[in-house]
Amino acid sequence: MLGLLRLLALLTGDPQADRAVPPTGFTARLTLFTAGAMAFLAVFALALSLATGRLADRWSAELARTSTLRISAPADQMAAQTAAAVKVLETTPGVASARPLTDDEQKALLEPWFGPDLPVETLPIPRLIEIVEDGDGYDAAGLRARLQAEVPGAVLDDHTRWREPLVAAANRLRMLGFSAIVLIAASTAAMITLAAQAALAANAQVIKVMRLVGARDTYIAGAFVRRFTLRALTGAAVGTLAGIVAILLLPRADAAGGFLTGLGFQGTGWLWPLVIPPLAAVTAFFATRAAALRTLREQS
Amino acid sequence: MAKVLHPFAGFRPATVIETPRFFGQNTQTGTKGTSVIELENVAYSYGGGELFSELNLTLAPGSFHFLTGPSGAGKTTLLKLCYGELIATSGQVRLFGADARAMDRDGIAMARQRIGVVHQDCQFLDHLPLAENVALPLSVAGRLSEAAGNLGDLLAWVGLSEQAAQLPPQLSGGERQRAALARAVIMSPDVIIADEPTGNIDWEMSQRLLTLLVELNRMGKAVLVATHDMNLIRAAKAQVQARVLRLKGRRLQAAGADL
Ligand SMILES: Nc1ncnc2c1ncn2[C@@H]1O[C@H](COP(=O)(O)OP(=O)(O)O)[C@@H](O)[C@H]1O
Ligand SMILES: [Mg+2]
Repeated sequence: MLGLLRLLALLTGDPQADRAVPPTGFTARLTLFTAGAMAFLAVFALALSLATGRLADRWSAELARTSTLRISAPADQMAAQTAAAVKVLETTPGVASARPLTDDEQKALLEPWFGPDLPVETLPIPRLIEIVEDGDGYDAAGLRARLQAEVPGAVLDDHTRWREPLVAAANRLRMLGFSAIVLIAASTAAMITLAAQAALAANAQVIKVMRLVGARDTYIAGAFVRRFTLRALTGAAVGTLAGIVAILLLPRADAAGGFLTGLGFQGTGWLWPLVIPPLAAVTAFFATRAAALRTLREQS
Repeated sequence: MAKVLHPFAGFRPATVIETPRFFGQNTQTGTKGTSVIELENVAYSYGGGELFSELNLTLAPGSFHFLTGPSGAGKTTLLKLCYGELIATSGQVRLFGADARAMDRDGIAMARQRIGVVHQDCQFLDHLPLAENVALPLSVAGRLSEAAGNLGDLLAWVGLSEQAAQLPPQLSGGERQRAALARAVIMSPDVIIADEPTGNIDWEMSQRLLTLLVELNRMGKAVLVATHDMNLIRAAKAQVQARVLRLKGRRLQAAGADL
């Protein structure tokens, strides 16, 4: 907030100070380009973070609600064990419902692998019981212990085994996206610091004259800071726009399904890229200000 | 000469009446005692031997001092001590009553706004027209609005009205010196410090510049001019009560008698 207020004061600042410092084309172009390129990359990093965030949420939400109990037993004991397992499940806190899949449902599950003509009835395939959880879910370890005693052929598959790495991977990707944004901001700050130092060095004579007539450091720095902030804002606005357009032009991957479906922005997510140009401006403001005040102290 | 005095005569009433701070006798200098700049037992060294030592100097309001001495004696260095560009290696320099050594960077900047300096090598912002260069001290002090009425008069006073829109590199040596003087006085400073202001200009131009300095002094400004131009000093002594100081052999001496 303080940064924003300062920015506002800055943009309405003293135009005479700006005139005192002649523009240096090289540092202006460098700053514009850096801010633009970094903003472009930041849009993708942001899209990646938001998409993987959505993915992780969806996976964990979907997977957390259901689990499966698999019963392997000789054909003559299958019905009894299934009934026993359902009974155990129905008395387990946190289980909303437990329902053995029908033969047809099991067949449909296997069809993609074995084709439509699989004689499910004659094969010793396990029986699956679909468990729907409620509230906070059930205590998997406790349930396993009870099942082991009462239904020896039951194997509880609560999906955590394979769900966790997936969610972890999605979360890791989201973290990577955020780290990329932080790195991009840091690189922007570094580049702008270098550009500002180059501008200060190129204007050593101007600074000397201003100092001799009684200009304070903040006044001299202000001329540079204002200029670099506006350049970063402009460059980042262009880069952000280009990044958004590029994301809009991504081929729709819905048909192929899978991971890519989500890359992009959805709903209010579209507002996030709008943060990038002001963020670049704030970064430039503080980077230039620090560089200018430090250089001015060292120059005298 | 008359050409110089004429526009100036028109300049003074307008500014003195409308903006008393401008060129008028400064009543609220905040100065402790009567002196604006005081050097007490000052020594300075660039790292090698001491350039001078045990140096005492007091600039009172309305005083006029010349500083002479052979080249390399340390005149420029002494002036830099007087406007806070350098800090004495020992002794005390007081700017408007405050110890220069104890001032922070902003404090020095504020003191500079009350000291008009004409440097040996008049440096300007080469990309800005003369008028904006002259107004620069007001601009950096955030008082640019005050330039509106005075700038034109001031440029007329130094005889540079027609050059107002020119860039500094287009000006002659004498024009630069007068522009530097205009810039030095636009803030209506309490002290004017000039370092060899007539160093590379012809005699007639030197006379014009001297007249301007004398006029400023008559308005109550303390004036300190470093020069080795004895003719200039003689010409000044005819117009104003000036003290001549000589920097030689690491000491500052009064040198009025031999002139
Ligand atoms: N920045 C500096 N570093 C080291 N020596 C300097 C510096 N400036 C001036 N000097 C030396 O100090 C001496 C006095 O210089 P200066 O004050 O310019 O003398 P003047 O103005 O009387 O000619 C000279 O010998 C000069 O070489
Ligand atoms: Mg000198």
